[in-house]
Amino acid sequence: MNPWRTNFWRNLACAVLLLVVGLSLAANWLAPAGYARQFREATDAAPSRVHWLGTDEIGRDRFARVLYGTRISLLLAPAAALLSTLMAALVGGLAGYLGGVWARAAMAMTDLFLSLPWLFLLITVRALLPLNVSPLFSVLVTFLMLGLLGWTSAARVLCSSAGSLRESDFVRQARASGVRGARLFWIHVLPNLKAVLLAQFWISIPVFILSEANLGILGLGVAEPMPSWGSLLRELEGLISVGEAPWKFVPLILLVVVVTSFQLMLSKQEQAA
Amino acid sequence: MLGKMLGRKMRRKIMGHALAIVATVLLGGLLSATLVRLAPGFDSDEAQLDPHLNSASVQALRQARLDQHNIFRFYFHSLQRAAHGDLGTSLSLGQPVTLLLRERAPLTLRLVGIGLLLSWAVAMAMALSAAWLRVSAYDALTTAISGTFLCIPAAVLALLSVLWNVPGALAIALIVFPSVYRYSRNLLAKAYAMPHIVSARARGLSELRILFWHVVPVAGPQLLAVAGVSVSLAVGAAIPVEALCGLAGVGQLAWQAALARDLPLLTNLTVLVTIVTLLANSSADVIGHMLRAQEA
Repeated sequence: MNPWRTNFWRNLACAVLLLVVGLSLAANWLAPAGYARQFREATDAAPSRVHWLGTDEIGRDRFARVLYGTRISLLLAPAAALLSTLMAALVGGLAGYLGGVWARAAMAMTDLFLSLPWLFLLITVRALLPLNVSPLFSVLVTFLMLGLLGWTSAARVLCSSAGSLRESDFVRQARASGVRGARLFWIHVLPNLKAVLLAQFWISIPVFILSEANLGILGLGVAEPMPSWGSLLRELEGLISVGEAPWKFVPLILLVVVVTSFQLMLSKQEQAA
Repeated sequence: MLGKMLGRKMRRKIMGHALAIVATVLLGGLLSATLVRLAPGFDSDEAQLDPHLNSASVQALRQARLDQHNIFRFYFHSLQRAAHGDLGTSLSLGQPVTLLLRERAPLTLRLVGIGLLLSWAVAMAMALSAAWLRVSAYDALTTAISGTFLCIPAAVLALLSVLWNVPGALAIALIVFPSVYRYSRNLLAKAYAMPHIVSARARGLSELRILFWHVVPVAGPQLLAVAGVSVSLAVGAAIPVEALCGLAGVGQLAWQAALARDLPLLTNLTVLVTIVTLLANSSADVIGHMLRAQEA
């Protein structure tokens, strides 16, 4: 592909992400009414000058909820991705570095996790946790669970990368010079896994955003009144036709645009890895 | 001699997979039992609050709960019952899990089966046409289409299928096909770029002949691995599709169990789904190995 065109798409994706993040961070100024305030005189209203995207069925401003929901998803999905990448680095990186029985045991464990369909695993673990928790706790539980369960495929990649690094000339030379154990891992192996780690981090973000949306639509995600893309998309459930209330599709369009932007950014990271 | 060696290798591979499945089931079962046992609210039983029960009955219920305190004993009893075909009783629906599964599995199998067939048909048609045409605009278009579907949550696709009266199987196909397309397109592109295939094309061999004689033997084993993965994707997609389309299958059952915190039902379903996906992946691996052995 033409490098100029590739860069154009990546720059565009980066600009879109920055714009969306900026807007979500400015939610307090752009939508001062907040995400929970009810306008009882205007329930399920169409877009107007006061409510740019209308209101939901209990009169909450949809524009405010979209902005706050975007903020939650875009702040916590990368946090969950960071957690899962760190866990993958620790489990996969160490297993690959140590090799032998350790690598086999770690990979058997990751295979066990990977053999489970992702959504099945998520709803099972979510059901094990109390469902009637405070909204803030539900946000933390949802994203923490994504971070704690989403490290397995990244661990596999890191295990194989660390395994090949273990046999590389510079690691052998370092070992011959007397560098061993944790020092060898921290100073020589881990820094060389940086590109792979970064790629895995970027891969995880859209996956976690989509997973939260799926959980939210199924009623197992973030609790009301806290907005998230999942809970906002639940509004589509009651629609009879697209033309009935097209503004209800705004969260979906925003989600698709953001995930697409992450995918476009991702290819650069993948190349680096 | 070579045949015997390959046969022995194959038997060892099948044994390895069978052992892996047994180990996964046992380990998964132990994990499930531990999670059920440690989940908040396990020690309390709603039945103990029933005013119709006398103190002796309540005491008996309490004793039954106390007997399950030891995780390993709890797991051992669960295994014993499972060996006799008793997977326990659903807490929320009050029916045996085996009965619920017998009632709902056929629908899920049909949905997943048709969904997989459709997704593979669409994905392969797109991937093959992209490989044959070699027009960058067409390749960009198919990639954009699959990329868009990849960026839409599975549950939204399920909701849209309800909105547009699309059958559940088609919704599963739309969820699965982008991943299948991406993998198969890359595999086919790699295969078509191989020197002997480029040379065959240059000599004017028909596309079908090139496909079946040269491309399939190269990309076939890897495509089989993708087939194994796609089963797992389709089973996962069954949850939102069945739950939101109102289809009474295993996916809807799992969702209802999650909402009702019916852990015995949910963990049994999870272990069973794991077995299905492991069987699919193992079969794909063994068949792929057989194809490679034949090729050798």
